[in-house]
Amino acid sequence: MDAQTAIDIILKFVAITVAFVVVLLVVAYTVLAERRVLGFIQGRLGPNRVGYGGLLQPFADLLKFILKEDIVPDKSTRFVYFLAPVIATMAALMTMIVYPFGPEIRIPFTDIIIPLVVTHFDVGLLYVLGVTSVGVYGIMLAGWSSNNKYSLMGGLRSSAQMISYELALGLSLIGVIILAGTLDLAQIVEMQSGWHGFRWFIFFHPLGFIVYLIAAIAETNRVPFDLPEAETELVAGFHTEYSAMKFALFFLAEYINMFTVSMLATTLFLGGWNVPFLADIFAPGTFLFGFFSALGFLVKVIFFLFLYIWLRGTLPRFRFDQLMNFGWRILLPFALLSIFLTATLVFLFPNLF
Amino acid sequence: MLVLLFILFGAMAIGCGLAVVAQRNPLYSAISLIGVFISLACLYVMLAAPFIAAVQVIVYAGAIMVLVVFVIMLLNIQEEEHRRQRLKFLVPVAVALAAVLIAEVAFILVSVQDSHVMPASATTSDVGVTQSIGTALFTKYLLPFEITSILLLMAIVGAMTLARRGGLLPSRERDTRE
Repeated sequence: MDAQTAIDIILKFVAITVAFVVVLLVVAYTVLAERRVLGFIQGRLGPNRVGYGGLLQPFADLLKFILKEDIVPDKSTRFVYFLAPVIATMAALMTMIVYPFGPEIRIPFTDIIIPLVVTHFDVGLLYVLGVTSVGVYGIMLAGWSSNNKYSLMGGLRSSAQMISYELALGLSLIGVIILAGTLDLAQIVEMQSGWHGFRWFIFFHPLGFIVYLIAAIAETNRVPFDLPEAETELVAGFHTEYSAMKFALFFLAEYINMFTVSMLATTLFLGGWNVPFLADIFAPGTFLFGFFSALGFLVKVIFFLFLYIWLRGTLPRFRFDQLMNFGWRILLPFALLSIFLTATLVFLFPNLF
Repeated sequence: MLVLLFILFGAMAIGCGLAVVAQRNPLYSAISLIGVFISLACLYVMLAAPFIAAVQVIVYAGAIMVLVVFVIMLLNIQEEEHRRQRLKFLVPVAVALAAVLIAEVAFILVSVQDSHVMPASATTSDVGVTQSIGTALFTKYLLPFEITSILLLMAIVGAMTLARRGGLLPSRERDTRE
């Protein structure tokens, strides 16, 4: 191994660490935002005591999780019980390396160029789908290994729900692949930079976007699809027997998954880091262009995260048979229809793409 | 570096493969099988075939094994008790078949090393790249591809027919009774 390879590997490690820290910070404050916004929706204040307006609450929560007693059920399958939260968190975090957070940034007064993506992967989109599909094992195994009826029910529900909605999710993305002609997320974003940065795929593929949004909410087990942890029926679902840090890992995985699907929606449908008319103000390649592009990306992602919280404060939960009927009989045909419409569009106006 | 990673993932695949057979608990076997699929996917990435790697993880680890684990969880199969082996007569057959397999692999290895023909442009191969796979599927191998899809469709319809006792079409009476 020569020096150049070693430097490359170290740089990748640094990039991955930075990406993880940024993601974890955003996730921590999403939790806080969720509690505050839900509070306002329900006519109360939410946590506002720790730090200014509750800004240090995530760290207080973390401290609580670490210091709490870690209870392991006596009759649990020990190895799988410990493995499950690890799988859930790892699968959630592993997708972070392919998202383009922004264009290349040139540090002012130097020639150092930093790309705001950890790695270019030829099949980035498939990688994301593959890794997130492994994440379902975390929930399934957690439900099975706890040796608890409610946990098992939660795990079974979750796996049934996730394999049902994964289909609609994958199909809704095919239109984007047809439009872009590539699976590399960075290239998909660049394809959307025409029309003064407003050539977003949502305008060519609106039905797919709606299907994706619904299926993504189901994939992340959020309201109104949070059957795996329905309190009124299953106590806490698959994580009934988990406490302290292991529960925190599941909690973390859920919020990272929320962040992941929000980023995927932004990248594939809302133009990624393309901010309309930004290229007319700052020349592409300058520091300010990169900075505001990355900021635009974050704003779009936060919009989706807010949508999640908003839905949670507004909608009631589905019944399980409603969930399955909706997934297979409504969402899936619409996903197929969206592919058909987009393919027809590309076929009729090949010059547009 | 590459050799190191190859040894790592290869060892992982072999270890998990052994665990699939050796484990008494069916769920542990299933988890080990997932491990085999994931380490195989890593090996595919190292062979510059990222598309095949991604499909391997999505189809096998993400879909098929989920169903297998689902069934194991639903049936709640307990750990197989240590009973007398009923299929004892199969042991010599297994040994003989394993010997044949090893002989075949050895033969392939020897004949590959003997032949001095280098694989055509091994460094710039685009075998596993998405675009070449797509092009091949929809031009050269279009007919087999379509036949396979029809075969899969038939399998799906067949599975549904078998699962619903009393025909594919739901009778109105049964719907209301549900």
